Amino acid sequence: MGDPLFWHRLQFGFTATYHYLFPQLTMGLALVIVVLKAMGLRTGEARYNDAARFWIKIFGINFAVGVVTGIPLEFQFGTNWAAFSRFSGGIIGQTLGMEGMFAFFLESSFLGMLIWGEKKLSPKGHFGAALALWIGSWLSGYFIIATNAFMQHPVGYTVATDGSLQLASFWAFLLNPWALGQYAHNMIAAVVTASFVVAAIGAFWTLKGIHPEQARLNLRVGTIMGLLFSVLVAFPTGDISGKLVAKYQPITLAAMEGRFESGPRANLTLIGQPDVARRRIENPIQLPAVLSFIAYGSFSSNVKGLLEFPEDQWPQNIELLYYSFHIMAGLGTIMIAVMGLAALLLWKGRLDVNRPMLWVLMLAFPFPYIATTAGWAVAEFGRQPWLIYGVLRTVHGASPTVNAGHTAFTTLGFAGIFVVLSVLWLFLVGREISHGPVSHTQKA
Amino acid sequence: MEMLWFWLVSVMVAIYVVMDGFDFGAGILHLVVAKTNEERREVLGAIGPLWDGNEVWLLAGGGSMFLAFPKVLASGFSGFYLAMWLVVWCLMLRGISIEFRSHLNDGLWRRFWDGTFAIASVLLPVLFGAALGNVLRGVPVDGSGYFEMALWTDFRMGARPGILDWYTVLIGVFALVTVAAHGALFLAWKTGGPVHDRSRGLAMKLWGAVLVLWLVASYATSVVNPGIFHRLPQAPLGWVASLIFLAGLGLVFVGLKRERFLLAFLGSGAFILGILAASAACVYPVMLKSTFGPQFDLTALNASVGTHGLRAGLVWWLIGFPIAIGYLAFLFHFNRGKVKAAGEGEGY
Repeated sequence: MGDPLFWHRLQFGFTATYHYLFPQLTMGLALVIVVLKAMGLRTGEARYNDAARFWIKIFGINFAVGVVTGIPLEFQFGTNWAAFSRFSGGIIGQTLGMEGMFAFFLESSFLGMLIWGEKKLSPKGHFGAALALWIGSWLSGYFIIATNAFMQHPVGYTVATDGSLQLASFWAFLLNPWALGQYAHNMIAAVVTASFVVAAIGAFWTLKGIHPEQARLNLRVGTIMGLLFSVLVAFPTGDISGKLVAKYQPITLAAMEGRFESGPRANLTLIGQPDVARRRIENPIQLPAVLSFIAYGSFSSNVKGLLEFPEDQWPQNIELLYYSFHIMAGLGTIMIAVMGLAALLLWKGRLDVNRPMLWVLMLAFPFPYIATTAGWAVAEFGRQPWLIYGVLRTVHGASPTVNAGHTAFTTLGFAGIFVVLSVLWLFLVGREISHGPVSHTQKA
Repeated sequence: MEMLWFWLVSVMVAIYVVMDGFDFGAGILHLVVAKTNEERREVLGAIGPLWDGNEVWLLAGGGSMFLAFPKVLASGFSGFYLAMWLVVWCLMLRGISIEFRSHLNDGLWRRFWDGTFAIASVLLPVLFGAALGNVLRGVPVDGSGYFEMALWTDFRMGARPGILDWYTVLIGVFALVTVAAHGALFLAWKTGGPVHDRSRGLAMKLWGAVLVLWLVASYATSVVNPGIFHRLPQAPLGWVASLIFLAGLGLVFVGLKRERFLLAFLGSGAFILGILAASAACVYPVMLKSTFGPQFDLTALNASVGTHGLRAGLVWWLIGFPIAIGYLAFLFHFNRGKVKAAGEGEGY
């Protein structure tokens, strides 16, 4: 409790995790809204615009919470991680500055037009506002991922005479291979979140027997996009991310799998508990040689175990890392199955009468949120004990003059604020859902 | 190159104060100039489409400082730890107040958010002004490049000042009154009817107060930081900045007298921009003055990153800045004219 580092890590982890519950939905919904507006323009059918109007309202609430919970993250670089900022600001400041300049200005300028401008703008103009929000939010995502990618796999830097990092190659830094892989994985995961939410609302209305036309449309859009993107999040993008970890962070890979011994034909653990003290996995159910294939593309590849590396380079919380990874991968598989089944029923024309499937779709929407949170936990716990992998240890990154008491105080302050925000969010989103879609063509 | 970035960062911060300043001002005054729900929606309708973009200037300015002078950012943000979080919490409260108010057509709900909007809008300029005061007065940064400051002092000056002492609070009050006056002109320009009349009446009085506080604050600054104005005669940019803020001040009064409110608003923008730029010219190249002596100052020269980073940043800055200004122009054009009353459920 008296250790400032503990509180700095808890505060950043907590605020970042809470914040990302909102952008993962808005980034995904932005694409859904663009698709709906485009269909509306192409077909001239009012139902697409009615659906878009409903989702824009949900988008607006989530976007507002995303903005206000995002501000503290930008500040924490300086307030809580001053040594890290001093050491590497010359590099990560580039992407954080670009995010403001190229993404936030775009988003903030067109947000009002998207939310309030449907009557004032032409249909094409309103579609343009949706497009601007989609591009802006996805650009913002790239700059953040590129920043994180530098921490995972630092490239394009040199060490200056005063010991701090300096930018050596702007393009190497911006087009970090880690960033490209992680970005694709992360953004597709955001669309999965939005698809599950859209499908859940469609299922909810169908089960209630209200808004039949909109319920059908949301079920269709949610299920088709859900299946497509649930598959894409695993293959190829999840696979690419896994191979990046295997290549650049082999210790992390070993810890994610709870693998202590090295050797070829490495097994993939489906279920089991890591016992770090005894250096083994308890009660494992494993697929033989599959880990070798996933990591390096051949069943006979050698996958190194943790014992091959000095212990001071192991991630500190191997159990949490292991469980996070297995929760992400397990839920990812379940989500493909859910959406596969729903899509099959949709294709057969029986989805809106199959009540068990509708119940599953209605209740499955937390899965992508949990999987995404667990995925980020894998990335961040897996990076430990490094703040910048192989370059700066986390213990050396915190602000030297900020004590544990101050950080505990602000962390608790955030806990309180987030409780209030959550209640407000539930209240407002709940109201919009119970209001349902508003049609402009017929009298409500 | 370091000098150029010093000015880029200063300009970004100054634009931030001008832009978010008028919506802070609207928040400070709205309980007074707008009495009914319809009138308050008029105020929110005027700033609603703009406030989020205005705040981006803070993030973009902070990002520019981060990439060019990370040592200044690291030292300042961690040194002002608790004050920084007060700022952040106020920014959060303010954003939520603006965005959530219109969702429920209920008197109590709306009055609650009106209150939080006003409180956050008052506290923020005081805190930002106090931050500027700390920069002008100096902070106890030592050879480590870091410092830690208590939030409060007994309002006297000493070797180890707190974030809030008589001088920084004075600058905070100056900032509060200035952005309130700036916001009054914005509302006078963008609204009609009773809100317009009340804003216009207040603007006259507020600008009188700005004039007095400006003289007091300038004198106080020369007391806590003797010699700060000595650089001014040799700094050509300082002259330009001084001309801008004096001309701006003139325009405010001319505009008010002739009832040309856009002119007056542009004048108050120029006043804020100029006075901040003149302050920057006075302290250049020092970014964080040390109370322990000039050898510990963090300056544009000793706190900057290497040339490649500054050059790369400059390239995208030169692309991004005109785009940002373009959005801004489009936004003002799209929302041109006086705010029109929006139907319930449409707009802020």
